[in-house]
Amino acid sequence: MTPADLGNSDIAQIFRAEHGRAVAILVRSFGDIDIAEDAVQEAFAEALQRWSSSGLPASPVGWIITTARHRAIDRLRREAPRGDRQAYAADCLEAAEPTEESAVNDDRLRLIFACCHPALAPVAQVALTLRLLGGLTTTEVARAFGVGEATLAQRLVRAKNKIREAGIAYRIPEAPELPQRLRTVLTVIYLIFNEGYTASTGEHLVRADLCAEAIRLARLLRELMPQELEVLGILALMLLIDARRPSRMSADGRLVRLAHQDRTGWDRRAIAQGLDLVRYCIACNRPGPYQIQAAIQAVHSEAANVESTDWHQILQLYDLLMSIAPSPAAALNRTVALAEVHGAAAALTELERLPLELTHLFHAIRADLLRRLGRHPEARRSYDTAISLARNLVERQHLEDARQTLHGA
Amino acid sequence: MNQYLLAVYQPEGPLPEPGALTDIRREVNTIREEMKRSGAWVFSGGLHAPTSSTVVRRSGPELMLTDGPYLEGKEYLGGFTIVRAADLDGALAWGGRLARATGLPIEVRPFREES
Repeated sequence: MTPADLGNSDIAQIFRAEHGRAVAILVRSFGDIDIAEDAVQEAFAEALQRWSSSGLPASPVGWIITTARHRAIDRLRREAPRGDRQAYAADCLEAAEPTEESAVNDDRLRLIFACCHPALAPVAQVALTLRLLGGLTTTEVARAFGVGEATLAQRLVRAKNKIREAGIAYRIPEAPELPQRLRTVLTVIYLIFNEGYTASTGEHLVRADLCAEAIRLARLLRELMPQELEVLGILALMLLIDARRPSRMSADGRLVRLAHQDRTGWDRRAIAQGLDLVRYCIACNRPGPYQIQAAIQAVHSEAANVESTDWHQILQLYDLLMSIAPSPAAALNRTVALAEVHGAAAALTELERLPLELTHLFHAIRADLLRRLGRHPEARRSYDTAISLARNLVERQHLEDARQTLHGA
Repeated sequence: MNQYLLAVYQPEGPLPEPGALTDIRREVNTIREEMKRSGAWVFSGGLHAPTSSTVVRRSGPELMLTDGPYLEGKEYLGGFTIVRAADLDGALAWGGRLARATGLPIEVRPFREES
C-alpha cells in the first residue's frame, strides 16, 4: 500500500485488530497493564504520523510491538530510582527477546482470563475486555454502555489497580477451574453481543460494532482454545443471530420480529458458518448451554418461514437447556415454543409461574399469548406494563404497534 | 509471594448448635494444619464477640475510650487468617475452603507489601 492509499481508518483498523496482541505481549514483558497500554497507545500515535507519510512497514504489528517496547523501557528508565536505572534497563531489554507465535497466543489468552477474572465486577470485566482486547477507546466503551466517560475511566483504573494490588495472575486457569473461568469469559462476550444486538437504552436498537467485536473475540477464543465446544457454541449462536440483523429493522426504523422477518435478507454466509459449527458440536455430543442455544437458533435459521419451523425440536432443545442450565431467560423463551406446540393456554399457565414480572419481555410474551386467546382487555394491560418497562425506544415502539392491533384499540 | 487477609464475617445472634460447631472447628483446624504444612500460614485467630471490644481514640491531648465495636452492624469480624500466596487465586482457594467449612462469607484482601 502506498502512503496515498493509507488513510487514518486503515490505521484505526490495524489498531483495533492488533491492540490485544500488542498489549498482551507488553504485559508479559513488563508485568503491568498500565505500562503496556500506555506504551501501545504511544506506538500507535507514532504509527499514525509515520505511516501516513512513509507507508506501512512490512509487519505493522511487529513495528507497533517493537516501538511500544522502546517507549515502555524509556518510561521505566525515567521513573526508576537513580541507582536502579541500569538494572531496569537491562531487565527490560532482556524481556524484549523475540517471541514465538504460540507464546503470543498464550499471552492473549492470559490477558483474557485476567480481564474476565470473577473477582472483578462484571461491568469491569466487560470494560477491560473491550478496552484491552478489543482496542476500543475509553470514549467508545463509555458510549457503548451509556455511562459517562469519567465514570468509565474511573472504573477501568479501579479494575486495573485491583489486578495489580490483589495479585490477579496473568495465567490460563488449570483444568479443574477452567470450565468455570471459561464460563465467565463467555458471559462477558455474550454481554457485549447482547448490548450490541439490543441496546438496553436509547434510540438505536442495534450497535453493529459491538456485535462484530463480540464475534471477533469469540473467533479469537476459538483460535486459542479450539477444543472448547462451548466456545464454538457461542460463536455459532452469535453468527446465527447476527445474520438476521439486516431484516430486523424495517425501512422506517421499526423492529421486525423473527416471525415477520424477510428471510431472504438474512446473511447466508454467516448462517452457513453457524450451521457448520452447530453440526460439529452435535456430532461431538457434549452439550452445553451455548451449544444448545445455538442449536435452537439453527432450527430457526433452517426454516423457510415461521410456519414451517420445527417447534417440536425447539421445545425439546429448551427442555434440554432447562435440564442442564436452567435460567429465567431460558424458561421465558421456552414458553414461546410451548405456545406453538401445545397452544397459548398451556404456555400462559407455564409463563405465570415464572418470577419475572419485572422484565418487559415477560409482559410482552404474556400480552401476545392473551391476544391469541382473545383476552384483549388483559392483553392491553400487559402491553401497557411491557411498554412502561422497556427502556429501548425501538422496542417500546414495537410494543405500542402491537397494542394497536388489539380490538377496540 | 503476597500476603492476604482472610476475614470471617459472622452474623449477630446465637452460634450454631454445639455439635455443628465442633464439626466446623475440626474442619477449620484441618485447613490450618494444611496451611502450615504448605507454608502458606502466617497467622490465624478467632475473636471474642464485639461486645468485648473497646475503641480508643485521640481526643485533643487526651485519649477517649468507648465500650463496644467501632462499627455497629448486623455482621461482625469473627476472626481472621493471614496467608502467603503467589497470587489472588491461591488466596481465594484457601478462602473458598474456609467458606465451605464455616458456611460464612470470607473477605480476601491483599496486604500492601510482603513483610
